[in-house]
Amino acid sequence: MEWLDWFSRPENTKPLALLIFFVTFVGIVLYVYGSKKRSKRLESYKDIPFQDDAPDNKD
Amino acid sequence: MAATTLAPAEQYNFDIVKKFAVMALVWAVVGMSVGVYIASELAWPFLNFDSPYISFGRLRPVHTGAVIFGFGGSALFATSYYVVQRTCQARLISDGMASFTFWGWQSVIVLAALSYVSGYSQGREYAEMEWPIDILIEVVWVAYLIVYVGTIMRRKQPHIYVANWFYLSFILATALLHTFNNLAVPVDLFSMKSYSLFSGTQDAMTQWWYGHNAVGFFLTAAFLGMMYYFVPKQAGRPIYSYRLSIVHFWALGFMYMWVGAHHLHWTALPDWTSTLAATFSILLLMPSWGGMINGIMTLSGAWDKLRTDPVMRFMIVALSFYGMSTFEGPMMSLKEVNALSHYTDWTVGHVHSGALGWVAMISFGSLYHMIPRLWDTRLYSARLVEVHFWLATIGILLYIIAMWISGITQGLMWRATDEFGNLQYSFVESVAAMIPFYIMRAVGGAFFLTGTVVMVYNIYMTIRQAGQEEAALEAKLAAKMANAGA
Repeated sequence: MEWLDWFSRPENTKPLALLIFFVTFVGIVLYVYGSKKRSKRLESYKDIPFQDDAPDNKD
Repeated sequence: MAATTLAPAEQYNFDIVKKFAVMALVWAVVGMSVGVYIASELAWPFLNFDSPYISFGRLRPVHTGAVIFGFGGSALFATSYYVVQRTCQARLISDGMASFTFWGWQSVIVLAALSYVSGYSQGREYAEMEWPIDILIEVVWVAYLIVYVGTIMRRKQPHIYVANWFYLSFILATALLHTFNNLAVPVDLFSMKSYSLFSGTQDAMTQWWYGHNAVGFFLTAAFLGMMYYFVPKQAGRPIYSYRLSIVHFWALGFMYMWVGAHHLHWTALPDWTSTLAATFSILLLMPSWGGMINGIMTLSGAWDKLRTDPVMRFMIVALSFYGMSTFEGPMMSLKEVNALSHYTDWTVGHVHSGALGWVAMISFGSLYHMIPRLWDTRLYSARLVEVHFWLATIGILLYIIAMWISGITQGLMWRATDEFGNLQYSFVESVAAMIPFYIMRAVGGAFFLTGTVVMVYNIYMTIRQAGQEEAALEAKLAAKMANAGA
């Protein structure tokens, strides 16, 4: 279990954390904006609040 | 995409939404009245009347508890139950459990307020409730999580709409924060008092990890959920960019968790910890403004609604205050700015520009949208919404301007030194200098409260009108039936 000591040193864990979070963030951005087809699908979800519009709209 | 065949009132559990919506307004009036009273106590100290029960120290958590958990919490329960049902096109999984969350949550608010005026407090800001009340909150919250997740799981809509993500992150984060910040050992089984599991700096850090994330998840993420549903609905057009809402969600959720330690600059907390918190606070500006822009740009092409629709105006002004306070917050988290602003009224002004400007205004806008639909009627008076809007806006401006001047003056007076290096002012001199601004703040609060009372009247008349409409319809039907029978 000595390998766990590596994680106890901030000089190791700080860049590691930076790497993990940065890669995750870039991954999310690429997922969201990376493909035209996916973008179209994702944007189609914005209409969900209007899909159960019943004749309740008196205003 | 599911099509609904039943009327919303039959398909969904609107009864629980109505109860929470009404209680949100009741707690708004109670909490804001106490707020105006304690603001007046600071301006005119005789109002303490030498009674410990109504002293500032005891009434202050009554105010924060009633407005944050009573008004804000009830508004969130109401809107989240409404939004999850309508965007998942599914009824809540359990009417009984939903009802339990209502009675449980209202009991929490009442018990907490009674315990504060009796002198029981953990002394942790926004978490003053003693351990028996903490346990009740825990149980209610788990029930809330089960109802919410269960409803999402039975959705007829394949995708989970982004508003639900924000609501769910609020429920999960609040559970986490509440549990860990309140880890304590009771003095004995029949004592209200307990000892925290943490001590010293760790205790302070746990408290502010909780405190700032209460702002981040309870007062921000959850109300963003409200924004992502009610702004598009009121505007009659979908959110500006769904993809931006996804990036907004993940970036906001990730960054908020780190910023709590900026409340502890220049203390025994290790320097790197508060620097890290300040760094994340600055980074947080980006998702915050991304969300604000997403909300405001939803009106793109329909800006005239700002002129013609007072409910829309509540929502857009709420987003503007959100943008302003999420700029001010990161700025105040910088160590040099914090050295001046911390422990002064500037912080109080900052909190209220977020709490009144963002949280209350977006809640008012959403309730104005939702309540007529729940009772299947129209708003009683659009003119009164307009009156409410201006009273609230003037009130907020008076409040925050007073606190800016007061806070910066305090900070400057506390650090002023004479030519020998001695402090130039005694503390009590700085208190005396604040009095005009405390009066101005109390007046601002009174404006805001008056606006809320106007809203309560408008909503009361709206609900009454719904009852009259229903009675008239029933009478018409009965007459028709009688004619048909004759």
